[in-house]
Amino acid sequence: MSGNREAMLEKLADLDAQHAVAVAGGGEKYVDRHHARGKLTARERIELLVDPGSAFLELSPLAGWGSDFTVGASVVTGIGVVEGVECLISANDPTVKGGASNPWTVKKIFRASQIAEENDLPTISLVESGGADLPTQKEIFIPGGRLFRDLTRSSARKQPTIALVFGNSTAGGAYVPGMSDYTVFVRGGAKVFLGGPPLVKMATGEESDDESLGGAEMHARVSGLADYLAEDEHDAIRIGRRIVARLNRSTGGGRAQSRPFAEPDADPEGLLDLIPTDLKEPFDPREVIVRIVDGVSTDSTNGGGNGRPFDEFKPLYGTSLVTGWAQLHGHPIGILANAQGVLFSEEAQKATQFIQLANQSDTPLLFLHNTTGYMVGKEYEQGGIIKHGAQMINAVSNSSVPHLSVIMGASYGAGNYGMNGRAYDPRFLFTWPSAKSAVMGPAQLAGVLSIVARAAAEAKGQAYDEEGDAGMRTMVEAMVEEQSLPYALSGMLYDDGVIDPRDTRTVLAICLSVIANTSWTGGKGFGVFR
Amino acid sequence: MIQRLLVANRGEIARRVFATCRRLGIETVAVHSDADAGLPFVAEADHAVRLPGNAPADTYLRIDLVVEAARKSGADAVHPGYGFLSENADFARAVEAAGLTWVGPSPESIEAMGSKVEAKRLMREAGVPTLEASDEPSEADLPLLVKASAGGGGRGMRVVRRLEDLASEVAAAQAEAESAFGDGTVFVEPYVERGRHVEVQVVGNGHGQVLVLGERDCSVQRRHQKVVEEAPAPAIDGDVVDALHDAARRAAEAISYRGAGTVEFLYDPDTERFFFLEMNTRLQVEHPVTELVWDTDLVELQLAVAEAADSGAVLGFSSNGGAPQRHAIEVRLYAEDASYLPQSGRLVTFEIDHDLEFALGGERGIRVDSGFASGDDVSTFYDAMLAKVVAWAPNREQAIRQLVAALRRARIHGVTTNRDQLVEILTDPVFVAGEMTTTWLESRPISAESPSDSRTSVVAAALMLAAADAGRRTVQQGVPPAWRNVVSQPQRTTFEGHEPVEWWGTRDGFVVDGITVLEVSPTHARLEVDGVTTETRGQRYADHPGGPREVWVDGPAMSARLREVPRFTDPADAVASGSLLAPMPGTVVKVLVEADREVAAGDVVLVLEAMKMQHTVTAPHDGTVTEINVEPGAQVASGEVLAVVEEAATTAG
Repeated sequence: MSGNREAMLEKLADLDAQHAVAVAGGGEKYVDRHHARGKLTARERIELLVDPGSAFLELSPLAGWGSDFTVGASVVTGIGVVEGVECLISANDPTVKGGASNPWTVKKIFRASQIAEENDLPTISLVESGGADLPTQKEIFIPGGRLFRDLTRSSARKQPTIALVFGNSTAGGAYVPGMSDYTVFVRGGAKVFLGGPPLVKMATGEESDDESLGGAEMHARVSGLADYLAEDEHDAIRIGRRIVARLNRSTGGGRAQSRPFAEPDADPEGLLDLIPTDLKEPFDPREVIVRIVDGVSTDSTNGGGNGRPFDEFKPLYGTSLVTGWAQLHGHPIGILANAQGVLFSEEAQKATQFIQLANQSDTPLLFLHNTTGYMVGKEYEQGGIIKHGAQMINAVSNSSVPHLSVIMGASYGAGNYGMNGRAYDPRFLFTWPSAKSAVMGPAQLAGVLSIVARAAAEAKGQAYDEEGDAGMRTMVEAMVEEQSLPYALSGMLYDDGVIDPRDTRTVLAICLSVIANTSWTGGKGFGVFR
Repeated sequence: MIQRLLVANRGEIARRVFATCRRLGIETVAVHSDADAGLPFVAEADHAVRLPGNAPADTYLRIDLVVEAARKSGADAVHPGYGFLSENADFARAVEAAGLTWVGPSPESIEAMGSKVEAKRLMREAGVPTLEASDEPSEADLPLLVKASAGGGGRGMRVVRRLEDLASEVAAAQAEAESAFGDGTVFVEPYVERGRHVEVQVVGNGHGQVLVLGERDCSVQRRHQKVVEEAPAPAIDGDVVDALHDAARRAAEAISYRGAGTVEFLYDPDTERFFFLEMNTRLQVEHPVTELVWDTDLVELQLAVAEAADSGAVLGFSSNGGAPQRHAIEVRLYAEDASYLPQSGRLVTFEIDHDLEFALGGERGIRVDSGFASGDDVSTFYDAMLAKVVAWAPNREQAIRQLVAALRRARIHGVTTNRDQLVEILTDPVFVAGEMTTTWLESRPISAESPSDSRTSVVAAALMLAAADAGRRTVQQGVPPAWRNVVSQPQRTTFEGHEPVEWWGTRDGFVVDGITVLEVSPTHARLEVDGVTTETRGQRYADHPGGPREVWVDGPAMSARLREVPRFTDPADAVASGSLLAPMPGTVVKVLVEADREVAAGDVVLVLEAMKMQHTVTAPHDGTVTEINVEPGAQVASGEVLAVVEEAATTAG
């Protein structure tokens, strides 16, 4: 076994462990208690909801990692297929503090709504939440209002919203069913009111109970907030599936179905051998590409098939960035992948041109990050590296074809921007366990701080504390190292998840299929600039 | 000489007679009901005449229509097959009156033997041992057997073990006999508990000469219907066999019998005594075993006798064939469930490897006489037998081994059959030793299926369904089935009566604990357990679109029908507790209670008739009849809610 592979397998085992923490939710005790009440966990509900044998791409599973809150942020979000329709599914995890929302929950749901919006997906909310986490209410209450705004705007865009209410959905939570197109309430489970009996007593002196204020029966027969009364949780999910089946969305608003395709010419398993343990060591992204894109096939009804796995564009120019065309699960894509880490003027110009070309042919783009950023130094500044980098960032920002990003290794500095980092709104962004992302490398950052501090000391005519400097450097280096690791980034919702490199093809295939629910045209206005 | 022969029958026996006709150059005419129009026997005949309707009384039992069919089609002879009109003297007379050749015994012989009471008297006089019960039976005479005089195939037969039941059982047998045969006469005789059914094949020339073609053992029976038959009878002393043959010959000679017939005896192995039961004046279902050990085409012989009788010639039999050199065993493959309830539906796949069909020849092999082919519908109007599977070989052990293998390898999908039970019978030490009696099958414990084989088949079925689901996807088609980036739980596929199969969809395909999944498609699975690879084939099937899916799996050692438990049930479809469901398709004969009436557990609510057998539907608990959904004469499908009995409140006020 190669050293690279061994190191990667170790990281993947750790990733599994981190995911297991999210899956465990509130822990065995709370899951058992929940089951004992005849209730299903969030993921059990999702498993029943999606079509048998279909995939489920969970999003932001590590949200809240490194915070005081349980990993996963007490909600499960993801994309699943229900009655043949790709849907954004969001399920409160009632085993974690009763499904209460914390600041990360809110951020995670915002991200999910953004994905639903951009990709024209119906949203299915599996609701059982005790409301806001009160100690952190100041971070939730004001921004959290967007949650309900997003739901009703989604409806306005004719992106259907369906709420299956299994349990508590009170106070602000009551607006989730309130804002949804379709609502299903579970008999004896759903509890939906603005104020519970104690609050009502305090506010008006009225004596009341849960059922008369917000029971499923009441809402189905009296208030009309519930469209369907489900016998139990299974029944609610069954009804939810029937609702989706009647949304009349099976034809899809997007592009033509993908073409027939072949599995990659090289075994994706080899990806584990490819990524060096030390990110200073470059690796050839063509070896990655050939393991994630469609292999050669001739049996196509569409223009002679996939004659080559990857048609490289401008292979002799700006060789630190690989660009070219390929196909993934039959979907055409353009790929930009860092080869030598550093982006020079040539690479920036090549990228700009390639992005424009993709816009000419309405081809989605995939960015494979392994960059230390744009080149610095006299020669490069004078050669206009800022202008060229700006061109590339401009092209990325204003490209109107869908973008996907995968951070394979380094993603430092403005390179992160140019390669379509999170701030540039790729439709999806996933990270490999080998990735690191920060304004610059930890050692460089510490070194810069040290040089600046030394210069300041000298300016004041003071002697520089070398011992203190070493301590500072070690501390800063460790801190930046930790902050630039994938779990930390994923925990802050800076990606949509950390994935096993071997799953990259599948993840991207799902993303491309999801994207195909929408239509797009590349940017217009000028011809392609070289 | 017969030029064109009409078979007044259906299914496999019609095909059997046609096969010999084809060999002899005789043209063939089929008659068929509407439900049978698509079956192979109709397609195979040179001509076919429709008998409108489906119920036997409207079709195959209509003498006038059948004779008219013969006239219209230009047939010059009629073969009645077995069952239906085969032992109806009026039919024989009508055929002869129409100037056609009747391939069967004289109407007088049919009548003489058709009444079991009369037949017993004749046999007593001819010196053939018979069973006699006193007219006023006492406790000491128990158990007793009530039989329909006009009966056959177990219909109208009832065992009485308590004297006080005698009157009611006689009444029930009379009703059943009246319904099935149009003759309610029944009689009572001593019931031999551990008897064997041994019968002798005879062919008479109508002038006193009788050819005896050995005996058959047909002791393996359920509900007095034969399931396994073989020739020669195992484990009977040669002298006894000779005496049996002599008695049979005397019986046939006593009535100057013409044509093929069978003299049935009850043989008591404890005392080595035998008693005349009845004589069947027709070709038997189980005739192939005799054909295969005696190298004799019995249908050809029937035709030769009929032609000779018609031309006034006397057909002489040159020899009695000597001793049989082979052993043959036949099993009747029925469309029925484990409780012997007839099943209907589409026979999606029906493949049994064989050497011969409706023919003989060779030292060993498998012969399949079947009335159905893959894709045919099995209706509930007629007997539920799908096929006869016969093995013949130089010895009994070899014949058993061949037959077991043929049954195990058979691919039968869409309709539940008794195949597994047949395999169990053939491999049971009691059968292997030749010690079976007519009550053995009913007292035999049902053996549990081998758990390891079962698990592999069930897992294979679950994965085949998963593969089929994956193939049906309209989005994300190329993504591995049930792929998850965050794994929380296995996928679960549940089949009725089995633990849920838990499987995982991974980037490398299906993963199941304890089993290595080598290959899966919607129709087959290759699984490795403990280093042993097993190939399982499967056929998916649903009664109706969106209905619960079934997988019919065929593995090397077992075949099974697995019904998926659906993920969801619409509460609106749930059956109210206390619902009485039709156990099988049939006709409601009687409704004994009215709505709103109180009933006690076990009270008869209504009576169904199916396959000429009456089945009572009883209250499952004390309570009130809240619904009666049927009335007498109604046709009901299996599983239909007939009535609802609401359980009485268990707590007082």
